[in-house]
Amino acid sequence: MKIKLLYFGRPADRLNITHELLDLSTAHFSAEVATLADLLVWLRLRGAAWKQELAEQKIRCAINQKFSHLNEEIKDGDEVAIFSPISGG
Amino acid sequence: MRVSIQQHDFDLGTELAALHGNTGQAGALVSFVGLVRDFSNGKQIENIYLEHYPGMTEKALNTIIDEATSRWQLINVRVIHRVGLLLPSEQIVLVATAASHRPAAFAACEYIIDYLKTAAPFWKREQTSNTTHWLETRDSDEQRTARWENKTA
Repeated sequence: MKIKLLYFGRPADRLNITHELLDLSTAHFSAEVATLADLLVWLRLRGAAWKQELAEQKIRCAINQKFSHLNEEIKDGDEVAIFSPISGG
Repeated sequence: MRVSIQQHDFDLGTELAALHGNTGQAGALVSFVGLVRDFSNGKQIENIYLEHYPGMTEKALNTIIDEATSRWQLINVRVIHRVGLLLPSEQIVLVATAASHRPAAFAACEYIIDYLKTAAPFWKREQTSNTTHWLETRDSDEQRTARWENKTA
């Protein structure tokens, strides 16, 4: 399963990343990545900064450009975005 | 063109003139312009940086405008949101509505800016002399939006 991952707001700034392509079928991933919450668990394993910036209460997510709850499933080809709570206007 | 996301500034007079289009139908124009404040939480702001989610932002704004258009009889709507680096007193956002009568124009303008603040993917980073700080959705903004949930036009 391949997904496009985008970052905006504070996590993009603090983790110094705007986008990446992930292949969730490689051996590096647990076979359990099925929901946004699972993806976040996996991303937090990248280190202390990731664990801190991607803490559940600090972020919001979208799948295919729609705000999504963390229990929503990710599918092959999805565009997933991770960001801090929005602050426009 | 109802929605523009742009770095450059906008001219309110030009936008309002285009909004009513000299058709004679519009009896009311209402506009809201949001500006960069120079103080936040007691600290002087040097600049703000605004970013957005290209594609999703336009979709979200069009959905908000469609909902406003279904609630009120509007002749035209214009939303401009700037992104990039902005200085205190600069214009950030324009929401303008044209309608036959003022109640619809007032209500729809307020509705659109309220939802823009809680449902359109923009992010704002404040720079003071020694810190940067990402702003987050305010509870007061959420409450303003929630008022519309149970309200009909």
